[in-house]
Amino acid sequence: MFAQTFDYTAPKTLDEAVKLIGGGAKALAGGMSLIPMMKLRLAAPEHLVDLGRIKDLNYIREEGGALHLGATATHYDVESSALVRSKCPLLAETAAAIGDVQVRNMGTLGGSVAHADPSADYPAALQALEAKIVLRGANGDRTVSAADFFVDAFTTSLGEGEIVREVIVPIDSSGASYQKAPQPASGFAMVGIAARVKKAGGKVTEARIGVTGLTNSSFRATAAEKALEGTGGSPADIQKAAALVAQGADANSDIHASADYRKHLAGVYAGRALSAAIGRAS
Amino acid sequence: MATTITKTETLVGKRIRRREDPRLITGTATYVEDIQLPGMHYAAIVRSPHGAAKIRSIDTKAAAAAPGVAAVFTGKDTEKVGPVPCGASLPDLRVPHHYILAIDRVYFVGHPVAVVVATDRYLARDAADLIEIDYEVLQAVADPEKALAPGAPAVHPEWPDNTAFNYHQEGGDIDKAFAEADVVVKQRITSQRLVPNAMETRGVVAEWRGADRQLNLYTSTQIPHLVRTLVAGMLGLEENRMRVIAPEVGGGFGSKLNVYAEEALMGFVSMKIGKPVKWIESRRENFLTTIHGRGHVDYYEVAAKKDGTILGIKLKIIQDLGAYHQLLTPAIPTLSVLMMPGIYRARNIRADIVGVFTNCVPTDAYRGAGRPEATHGIERMVDILADEIGMDPVEIRRKNFVTNEEFPYPTATGLIYDSGNYAAPLDKAIGIVDYAKVRQEQAEARKQGRLLGVGLSTYGEICAMGPSPATPAGGWESATVKIEPSGKVTVMTGSCHHGQGEETTFAQIAADELGVDIDDILVVRGDTAIVQYGIGTFGSRGTAIGGTALYFALQDLKAKVKVFGAMLLESDDVSFSGGQVICNKTGKTKALAEVAGASYRAMKLPPNTEPGLLATHFWEPPNFTFPFGAHIVLTEVHKDTGNITIRRYIAVDDCGNIINPLIVDGQVHGGVAQGLGQALWEQAVYDDNGQLITGEYMDYTMPRAHMMPWIENDHTITPTNVNPLGVKGVGEAGTIGCSPAVVNSVVDALSHLGVRHIDMPLTPEKIWKLANAGGNN
Repeated sequence: MFAQTFDYTAPKTLDEAVKLIGGGAKALAGGMSLIPMMKLRLAAPEHLVDLGRIKDLNYIREEGGALHLGATATHYDVESSALVRSKCPLLAETAAAIGDVQVRNMGTLGGSVAHADPSADYPAALQALEAKIVLRGANGDRTVSAADFFVDAFTTSLGEGEIVREVIVPIDSSGASYQKAPQPASGFAMVGIAARVKKAGGKVTEARIGVTGLTNSSFRATAAEKALEGTGGSPADIQKAAALVAQGADANSDIHASADYRKHLAGVYAGRALSAAIGRAS
Repeated sequence: MATTITKTETLVGKRIRRREDPRLITGTATYVEDIQLPGMHYAAIVRSPHGAAKIRSIDTKAAAAAPGVAAVFTGKDTEKVGPVPCGASLPDLRVPHHYILAIDRVYFVGHPVAVVVATDRYLARDAADLIEIDYEVLQAVADPEKALAPGAPAVHPEWPDNTAFNYHQEGGDIDKAFAEADVVVKQRITSQRLVPNAMETRGVVAEWRGADRQLNLYTSTQIPHLVRTLVAGMLGLEENRMRVIAPEVGGGFGSKLNVYAEEALMGFVSMKIGKPVKWIESRRENFLTTIHGRGHVDYYEVAAKKDGTILGIKLKIIQDLGAYHQLLTPAIPTLSVLMMPGIYRARNIRADIVGVFTNCVPTDAYRGAGRPEATHGIERMVDILADEIGMDPVEIRRKNFVTNEEFPYPTATGLIYDSGNYAAPLDKAIGIVDYAKVRQEQAEARKQGRLLGVGLSTYGEICAMGPSPATPAGGWESATVKIEPSGKVTVMTGSCHHGQGEETTFAQIAADELGVDIDDILVVRGDTAIVQYGIGTFGSRGTAIGGTALYFALQDLKAKVKVFGAMLLESDDVSFSGGQVICNKTGKTKALAEVAGASYRAMKLPPNTEPGLLATHFWEPPNFTFPFGAHIVLTEVHKDTGNITIRRYIAVDDCGNIINPLIVDGQVHGGVAQGLGQALWEQAVYDDNGQLITGEYMDYTMPRAHMMPWIENDHTITPTNVNPLGVKGVGEAGTIGCSPAVVNSVVDALSHLGVRHIDMPLTPEKIWKLANAGGNN
């Protein structure tokens, strides 16, 4: 690795980190995206602030009826946590779909969220879960919904000097599933769909569908959600809803998948995710 | 372990575990990167970011003044270094002068322009960014067919048609064949450019010892002796003043069967600064600047009778050469021509090759080198012909196989196939897969809307490259065997294995011949100061030629052992077996160690005998060898996504006698992985500006362990009579047999939808479109 020269600090507390971040100083969490960019000299931060030594950022706990996941929880932590697997299996399933074992051992939830790669896996789940993202800046914490947090490709509502502190996801009785079409070389999602469904009295009472990989930013497929709500969740209902997921999307296109193919895949994987989610909804 | 154990057990043919593996898998082997020398400097190479551009000016002042920088060199400094050599010769071949650093123009992205040398590799890399190059960007052309179109940008301005050569070959009477045909099938078939990705990238350490007038060059190469001859020539250094060492080489696949600019450049730098210098290729540089493989656009026409009898084959190859000729670049497609009839009785051929310059890194030998392209073509065409006349793909192959009685079989392309039993692996593979049953399953699945495919290839290939008249640099190989005074055995081979396992297979051969324990044998290769001149490892030649040279050296040595043994036993009637010389009259024995000791101690010498036990043999093969086999692949195509599942992969290969079945299976596994890579995933994609857009693992889909199907391996054994070991070679078989079997299977899955051909790689989107619309892509 032949990165440009940079300073490196590994603060022990969140307050110290917040003081250092901003300007030319960039937060380093798992480094799974930042380091390769620095290696190719596409990124050249003057100062790396390593969040890895901050104990107060590495946790997964249940609090006030929700799960709180610290920013430096690794994908492996998330996929293997008994708490996440029982209380929010969608997030564990999504984490398990990221990259490969080595990436999951190093990569972190907060790092992935802050990087906002349009093909990352977590954003689909966080959209479907209506997750909250807690940001810490010089003036303390502020909380942003996933829908507001992800703005565009590699662009979030993180302000200057702010870092992702934790992600909060609800604990509820919904059935959920994450299904992705991986880009064959990188393993990123050409399309990834997270579906979360509540059922009562044989009807779908609530559907949430998060989409990643399809466009420049993750989003909730609200038209598809509405189409499914109130139905019995039959295969035909699912198909009808899934067909709406990519409707009107300004889909990305590259050598691995054209816009049309991506939109088609969004429908296929939405169908799979919704079927699995409905099957899991009690 | 004692060398005097009487051995009755033979090792050839046994699944001996690779003796080289412990150091490889524990990370303790020594690669070029591990070479540390006092005063080491490090080089960073500045490369063109453009596919085509004129260099207006280069400003190196800031870089030269940067911390730790010892020197900066540009093309003006290295102008007098000889050009990167092209070893291939064809009539009227246009050979651009390939300077080691660009002079006033760059021809591809990655073209080296300057080198910065510093005391530290990071300082070198930082200083490289300070070099300012003013480019006038020109229009590039990266597609060989576009490069041939009128008005295309000229890669080399002196040759505006971008044509490096035209090559024509005919055999039989092709016009008559086509006139007599009931049916002619035609197809355009591509074999896309691939990026060889050895686990170890290239790397060079050059150490000029001025006082000794000696240049030591450590380089990750398959051909150390040829590198010495050619790089010494480039540098104007006497060949005997140069030593090339290929330490552990972490894979090559043909990409290190070459002489690269960086090898001469590091030699030049070290001689200039009087310090050792190291350059290790980054993975990004590997993608951009190590040779690529394949790069064919092929136009096929096959003439046949209604009953499936193939009469003739016409082939036009458009070969994407890239911007320059590397060592063998223009020769590679001529191997495709040699192999174009496959293992079929096609007596009439016509082949034309157009070698095309493009603003891309040169193509050259990559696992199979011309034969995968040819085999892919003929195996696809046979299926297309079968489809056209409504014949089963198995039956059409059987109908056209060269029969067992016809060997040695002269082909229409001028080869003589040594031995074969082409139906044997096919029969075996069909038995393993239960062909009739899978066809029935396929028919039933189709009724339910499922898309199952059955595909096969019955490939042949050219191995043991090759007789010297047919190769650019001599096609023989050498071996020296020494029995040391203590009885330990040292084998020095001119082959330069780099992962194939000859440290084990050569030791098996020597252990059997000498009757000693395998652990008493050391196999040495890859150092021109230690090993006699040799050619190297490529073209599936290591065992078939290098192993044969070893075999003959061992025979010479055994004769010497007997002479000394006879002297010690005071008998003129002795035999040598089980590591002992035995007096046939008395039954008395002398162990090899005792005989060896006596041969060096030389208290007494038999008449007309030199002291010591050493024999060298240079073996010139009388012919190539021609392995063959049958691969059958069962696939399922998923209509909703275009994804392909490989349900079963059966590989039955015939590489003649087998020294070590474990290693042969490993070679087939690795070969199939690379064949699957081409069939399904890998592609070097250049955009119209000559930018490689699959230049990282993020976009270039290398096959990985989790993507591999289970490979059901089996063999038939048809020995060759070209060499006394009866071995043919297996390094490339898996790759050659694989891609057509996979594509045939997927085309078969979609054939009822009107799909007749699909170009590689079979990406999901391509397959999804075909599965839902039908027709050709």
